[in-house]
Amino acid sequence: MVQPILQIENLHKKFKDVEVLKGVDLSLETGDVVSIIGSSGSGKTTLLRCVNMLEEFHQGRILIDGEEIGYSGPRHKARKESEIARQRAMTGMVFQQFNLFPHMTALRNVTLGLTKVKKMPAEEANAIAGKWLARVGMSDRCDHHPGQLSGGQQQRVAIARAVAMNPKVMLFDEVTSALDPELVNEVLNVIKDLANEGMTMLLVTHEMKFAFEVSDRVVFMNQGRIEEEGPPEELFRKPKSQRLAEFLKSSKF
Amino acid sequence: MVEPGTFLYELWVSRWAILDGFGTTVLVSMLAIVLGTILGTLVGLVLVYGGWVSRFLVRIYVDFVRGTPVFVLVLASFYLLSQIGIQLTAFQAGLFALVVFCSTHVGENLRGALQSLPRGQTEAAKAIGLTFPQIFVYVLAPQALRQALPAWINTATEMVKASTLLSVIGVAELLLVSRQIISRNFMSLEFYFFAGLIYFLIDYAIERAGKAVERRVALPS
Amino acid sequence: MGYTLNFGAVWRDFDLLLSGLGLGLGLAIVSIFAGCWIGLVAAFAMNSKHVLWRRVASCYVTAIRNTPLLVLILFSFFVLPRLGIRLGKVESFTVTLSIYAGAYLTEVFRGALLALPRGLREAGLAIGLTEWQAKIWITIPIMLRNAFPALGNNFISLFKDTSLAAAIAVPELTFYARQINVNTFRVIETWLVASLMYVAACYLIAAGLRFFERRLAISR
Ligand SMILES: Nc1ncnc2c1ncn2[C@@H]1O[C@H](COP(=O)(O)OP(=O)(O)OP(=O)(O)O)[C@@H](O)[C@H]1O
Ligand SMILES: [Mg+2]
Repeated sequence: MVQPILQIENLHKKFKDVEVLKGVDLSLETGDVVSIIGSSGSGKTTLLRCVNMLEEFHQGRILIDGEEIGYSGPRHKARKESEIARQRAMTGMVFQQFNLFPHMTALRNVTLGLTKVKKMPAEEANAIAGKWLARVGMSDRCDHHPGQLSGGQQQRVAIARAVAMNPKVMLFDEVTSALDPELVNEVLNVIKDLANEGMTMLLVTHEMKFAFEVSDRVVFMNQGRIEEEGPPEELFRKPKSQRLAEFLKSSKF
Repeated sequence: MVEPGTFLYELWVSRWAILDGFGTTVLVSMLAIVLGTILGTLVGLVLVYGGWVSRFLVRIYVDFVRGTPVFVLVLASFYLLSQIGIQLTAFQAGLFALVVFCSTHVGENLRGALQSLPRGQTEAAKAIGLTFPQIFVYVLAPQALRQALPAWINTATEMVKASTLLSVIGVAELLLVSRQIISRNFMSLEFYFFAGLIYFLIDYAIERAGKAVERRVALPS
Repeated sequence: MGYTLNFGAVWRDFDLLLSGLGLGLGLAIVSIFAGCWIGLVAAFAMNSKHVLWRRVASCYVTAIRNTPLLVLILFSFFVLPRLGIRLGKVESFTVTLSIYAGAYLTEVFRGALLALPRGLREAGLAIGLTEWQAKIWITIPIMLRNAFPALGNNFISLFKDTSLAAAIAVPELTFYARQINVNTFRVIETWLVASLMYVAACYLIAAGLRFFERRLAISR
């Protein structure tokens, strides 16, 4: 059996007393593209943030390439800050609000992690960043600041920033919901390209058509649990659970 | 040409005293701004990143100092520090008060700037694997400093104005020197006006220079 | 050191300190009212169509804002009498502080005016109000409400600025504190009590202002 690149086991997460994730199990093999769908508040964002260790969790394990991240051992002991920082670089995250660094050019946004985390020399970092910015169609905007770019362009730079770190898994959280409708496709196309090239991806999306086309598997989350999981054809055409059927109907797929 | 008894004559006679006073004003203001900014940076950092005990103590310090008029700070530090065994000259005592005053303004300003940065900035920086010191240096500080700059320039002009209060405890800065000259030649209109004009020019220059720096570091959009 | 705290001397003169605090508050209240009128006029002048008005108003604001208050106070106290304007020290200080406040309030009102939606004035004109009626019944009331928090902050700093009146022997809190300090040598107690009184007063004013702010807020 191949070892999964990302493995989530029995993940529980509470905000104060409210349990938001109630035992999530999920595993991705290298090259898998998995979409998470589900109604608002079902815990999709929280799940992704746990994988990137932007949230603490109380029970369960997350392994990336066999390495337990954030915590260690059966006692669920939190790891050191510096170790967490290193492990975070194993996943790349793209946010709904882009979160580009506004005081840096597009190029510098991408090279920052390469030079400071991977300790690459500047020329090497610039070359890699240039390559990825070209891949997302932004090579003529390298010297622009985020304030000079449209939302779609910013999001493409943000994707370049994440993939340039050569992460084992890419996480996308509703990366098109802050965009004007006419800018959505330029971003989705970039993601589709990356998926076709075999990048491992876990993405949360409300774009059902996109999820259908791009995913190997789709996961339906409901109230902090994975309610249903399977290939897109099965999940979208023949939903087993009542709730998924209702959700699909309401999201006009 | 310049007869005794005219303003220009009197100005020429007291040129060295005025220059001295001007020098003292510039020196005390600059020291207050520099030292106050250093201390204030610490204050701001503790207010944002400190543990709750240190945050609480610094909060009390800031609120207490900001609730007290600068003039009272100057007088209190002049009379009080010697009383508790710290022997300082009037210059040093006055400077101490100004530094304390400046530090609370800088600290609050920095705190506001740091806390106004969107959380997504820290999260995006974490996501690419930066450690906290790196996040602070490369992502948070450059943005916070840009945001704090206008208020910091304002604080700097405030410090120049507040330096006049040192005249009351006998520091021979520009205002006290002017008053001494006036007590000799009774040209109060001319010399108060002249002193006011110098202060105006200093503050105006700071403001202009500040605006120029603001434009230079402004992000293109 | 061997300094033992003894607040007796300060308590004996506490009523003096209190009266000084009261005077300071009074001076600040009078000045903010006068300053508001000056500020309103200057703010409208700054937005006026006539270059001359704009020039005059912006010179006034720039000059006052870049000059130390103590210089202004001494100037009016010592120079105005020479020009034949005889005022008592309290009056002289009040006039100075009002003019000083006016410059800062001009900026406040100017900002508040700029922040008003254009449509307000036009809606007023549309229902048949004259230019002036629209100003008085629509623009100014709404602007004042929006400016209220900034007005409050200015009031607190004005109150702290009244401590400078001690420099021309106006008997307010700082003046008495200095007097008690010199007479009794209870240095620490005196300044501790005086600054605590300022801090407490500022705190109470701020709390009161927040309360009013909530009452004033236009519900949306
Ligand atoms: N920082 C937080 N503190 C407290 N509760 C939170 C926090 N973040 C999220 N929650 C709660 O956790 C639950 C799951 O939130 P989450 O953002 O993961 O949902 P989601 O599936 O991403 O929803 P959406 O589709 O609206 O993005 C929600 O009920 C939310 O209110
Ligand atoms: Mg979400």
